[in-house]
Amino acid sequence: MVPLAAGAPVGSGGGFPGAGERVLANDSNSLIWWHYVRLHLDDIGTALGQHIRLTAIAVGVGLLVSVPLALLARRFPLLAGPILAVSGVLYTVPSIALLYLLGPLTGFTTLFTVETALVTYTLLILVRNILTGLDGVSDDVKEAARGMGYTDQAMLWRVEVPLALPSIMAGVRIATVTTIGLASLAALLAQGGLGDLILDGIGRRFSTPLMVGSVLVIALAVVADLLLLGVQKLVTPWSRVRRSA
Amino acid sequence: MNVLDFLTDGSHWHGTDGIPHRVLEQLYLTGMSMLIAVLLAVPLALTLGHLGRGGFIAVNTSNIGRAMPSLALLGIFSQVLPRGYDSAWPSIAALVALGVPPLVTNTYVGVREVDKDVVEAARGMGLSAGQVLRRVELPLALPLIMAGLRTSTTNVLATATLAALFAQGGLGRFIVDGQATSDEAQMFAGALLVAALALLVDALLALAARRVSPLVRSRRLTRRQAAELTFSA
Repeated sequence: MVPLAAGAPVGSGGGFPGAGERVLANDSNSLIWWHYVRLHLDDIGTALGQHIRLTAIAVGVGLLVSVPLALLARRFPLLAGPILAVSGVLYTVPSIALLYLLGPLTGFTTLFTVETALVTYTLLILVRNILTGLDGVSDDVKEAARGMGYTDQAMLWRVEVPLALPSIMAGVRIATVTTIGLASLAALLAQGGLGDLILDGIGRRFSTPLMVGSVLVIALAVVADLLLLGVQKLVTPWSRVRRSA
Repeated sequence: MNVLDFLTDGSHWHGTDGIPHRVLEQLYLTGMSMLIAVLLAVPLALTLGHLGRGGFIAVNTSNIGRAMPSLALLGIFSQVLPRGYDSAWPSIAALVALGVPPLVTNTYVGVREVDKDVVEAARGMGLSAGQVLRRVELPLALPLIMAGLRTSTTNVLATATLAALFAQGGLGRFIVDGQATSDEAQMFAGALLVAALALLVDALLALAARRVSPLVRSRRLTRRQAAELTFSA
């Protein structure tokens, strides 16, 4: 299979594979030309796979970094203010700007740049939600755990984190859905994903790849959100019991 | 690459592809989209909030909105609407779709959270439903509406950058054109300008939010009254 020629400059004709048979917009009047889709299922699958990988790495690394960060902010409350303030400012910086602002540091067309930007945005969401979740654990519960002889560590992992799980999972869901949207921009830095299809469609003024890419990004976000909702229900069985009671 | 050279080069500061013109284009895309979004979202959400109807939808639109991938949305609108690459309107329509959800949710919640006793008192004083909405609920909901306006505007301003991919103007042009010519200084300068503009607009809206908050206003009123009293005495 021909690899996606990622990141061809916009307007230069793009690089959708099967390059020999350049299809022009006026070959078809419909928004999606299904014959073209059938011929390029492989490439669409590749783009989808790349998109999922981009998202999974970002959310995975984001979780690995945000947990210690949130615990740090809790242990030293003086840090919580600055951490949240920096997150707030970073969140206001548009994602597309951040991608290019990182360029001089980490390269204008590297996977590292894309993932750094994506991880940054997940951090903002995850740290906030982990802190909110942990703060929401009632003092009575902590008092009771203390009375039963729990140490700080045991209480954190066996009482506080489980009780904060709904908020943490909500954070993971928002972070994942947001990252799926932002990962479309990875194609601008030649890192593939469904954005490649969108840019290819724009480059050739050809609606089929543009529409397929766009619709798949939205579909992926919806599916991921529903899957994570299922996971959330699985890891917090007590919330289901309480509701049915 | 040298960004300073790009930013200090006089030729980049005038003409239709100069920085001021691109900033204005970005602000036009953002402003027009937000104007339409506010006109669509605020009256609707005010009414729903006043009647206490449609709460589930109103509260959840912002969740749906957050899940809307901006590039995909711009892409779909550019294809579904006519003249996708020749007119700014498909981009503006996509930006409106992105801008509406936080406004709807915040306005609705803002109205619902107005103290019921205050509304009751206003009714007791003989205010009609419309007057209650305009003179009591709207001013008291304003801080939350302004918060929604900030979220929404930040988001729309950021996404307006992507309109350049669809052959529109705005600061995204520096990024897209810089990329097409492998001009890293131009790409970086574009990103810098977008980030600076986003932070500036957000700060201005934060200031505006503080000014329209009824509590702050009433405090200023009393200070002025106090001053008048002092001077007249």
